Amino acid sequence: MVGSTTVGFRVLVTGLYLFLLAPILIVVPLSFSDDNILTFPPTSWGVRWYAQMFEHQALVNAFQVSLSLAAIVTVLSLAAGIPAAYALHRFRFRGRDALMNLFTAPLLLPSIVLGLSILLVFVKLQLLATFVGLVVAHLIVTTPYVVRIMSTALTTLPPSVEEAATMLGASPLVVFRRVTLPLMMPGLVASAALSFLLSFDEVVISLFITGPHITTLPVEIFNYVESRTDPLIAAVSVVLVAATLLVVLLVERSLGLSKAMGK
Amino acid sequence: MAVSETSLPLADAPTATARAKVFPVVPVALLAPMMLVNLIAFILPVAQLVRISFLEGSGGVLTDTTTIGNYVDFLTDAYYLSMIWNSVLLAFVVTVLTLLCAYPIAMFLHTVSPRWRNLLFVMTISPLLVSSVVRTYGWMVLLGDQGLVNNMLVGMGLIASPLRLVNNTLGVVIGLVEILMPYMALSLIAGFGRLDASLSEAAASLGAGRLSRFRRVTLPLTLPGVALGCLLCFVLSISSFITPKLLGGGRVFLLATEIYDQAVIQLEWPLAATISVAVLVLFGFALAVYSNVVRRFD
Repeated sequence: MVGSTTVGFRVLVTGLYLFLLAPILIVVPLSFSDDNILTFPPTSWGVRWYAQMFEHQALVNAFQVSLSLAAIVTVLSLAAGIPAAYALHRFRFRGRDALMNLFTAPLLLPSIVLGLSILLVFVKLQLLATFVGLVVAHLIVTTPYVVRIMSTALTTLPPSVEEAATMLGASPLVVFRRVTLPLMMPGLVASAALSFLLSFDEVVISLFITGPHITTLPVEIFNYVESRTDPLIAAVSVVLVAATLLVVLLVERSLGLSKAMGK
Repeated sequence: MAVSETSLPLADAPTATARAKVFPVVPVALLAPMMLVNLIAFILPVAQLVRISFLEGSGGVLTDTTTIGNYVDFLTDAYYLSMIWNSVLLAFVVTVLTLLCAYPIAMFLHTVSPRWRNLLFVMTISPLLVSSVVRTYGWMVLLGDQGLVNNMLVGMGLIASPLRLVNNTLGVVIGLVEILMPYMALSLIAGFGRLDASLSEAAASLGAGRLSRFRRVTLPLTLPGVALGCLLCFVLSISSFITPKLLGGGRVFLLATEIYDQAVIQLEWPLAATISVAVLVLFGFALAVYSNVVRRFD
């Protein structure tokens, strides 16, 4: 039969999946290592690196910065991205497509180039190593996705529904709150979750604009891994992967991930 | 060809046009926050990057003298020329290996039952949700001198002393291939969507063997996905920074790591800006090659 696959092919595919998932799976057993150095398999087991994690002040501070940063970036991404997507969808004007391209263009720029570019401007604007600077820099990473997802969500929303509400006497604000917003909800949740994860994970641009006084968790992890090799980061990684999984599951439970992505 | 009234793009949306004329303030107000973000964090920075690549200066101090000297220095320095070559070569090797690793997965997903397909699809793209720093760290654990691979090989008595798998180009290649596999797989899966199973069955009933079915039917039809995946991987690997920096252990010198070192450690901003523009030019080349290849399919 044509559709069938040979045993050899199945073995090959299994091996490739193992290769793909190996670096993520390996940190789980490693995080329970009791060794001082990075060795696998560990010579003894324990949970001391999980305890160590909370005593490492730089990591804890960086975690707090990343958490509040991601929360603020998420809110502002929606606040900037949704009205823009709505305006691009609702109004026809010259240069509409050009604006859409401009808003999603930052996606095309490699983050190493974008990071340097932002550094060069932030030096002048006195935004280097500031919380505000980090927020602005992360917004340029998250908003292209928000605009794109919300545009998709809005295209699936028939204008006749809004028109019907208007004809029945609802004011524009009521139409938005009672009709448009609920229908945009799946896209909104997806945008929010993606913005949060993107901001929380962002590392390359942050590396350019963080300093000794303010740093994000991925940057702190990067600096730690670059200078020292012990299982501490494995424990941090397990917590991060678990938290990411939780966010994804919450989104999946509330509306179905594929539906939320607008596909 | 006659141009009729209805073919004009504006004619299909008379109501929206009218609305925009009545309230020009509303769309502007809705677009303003996004414009502001884009201006501060995208337009101004890119303009500044290009400007500084033409300025003299070093050590974080810039002069107002405009010069093309940065480009001349960069393109005549044998060190940087070999760095450009190494970066392009590495990106090329990584792209080819990623394609070889992701193609069987995309092909397998195309043939399995829908129930398995969904599960395996999630497994294929889920690594994208894990930070590249964490995945690179995982590779350090797997490939290090005291890592899983070396300890297993030594334990089995296959090698006497650990192999050098990290802090060199080999480690960077292994890490990048794995990190880029989901992107390649996504492009390939999209490409496989064009492939109808009945075509392969028809070829089989006409007497084509497994290999010639793949070579004459499956491969040609999935080439657009291959081209897109290769473009994506080439572009991502030439600009990748975290993996070369950590798995290269300071011994692998590429354009992306050089941009960071020159900008953040040496404070040689004009040079860093010049290298960045060079990376963007390489992007342009890759895109031109891609559109040329894609045009040939149609």
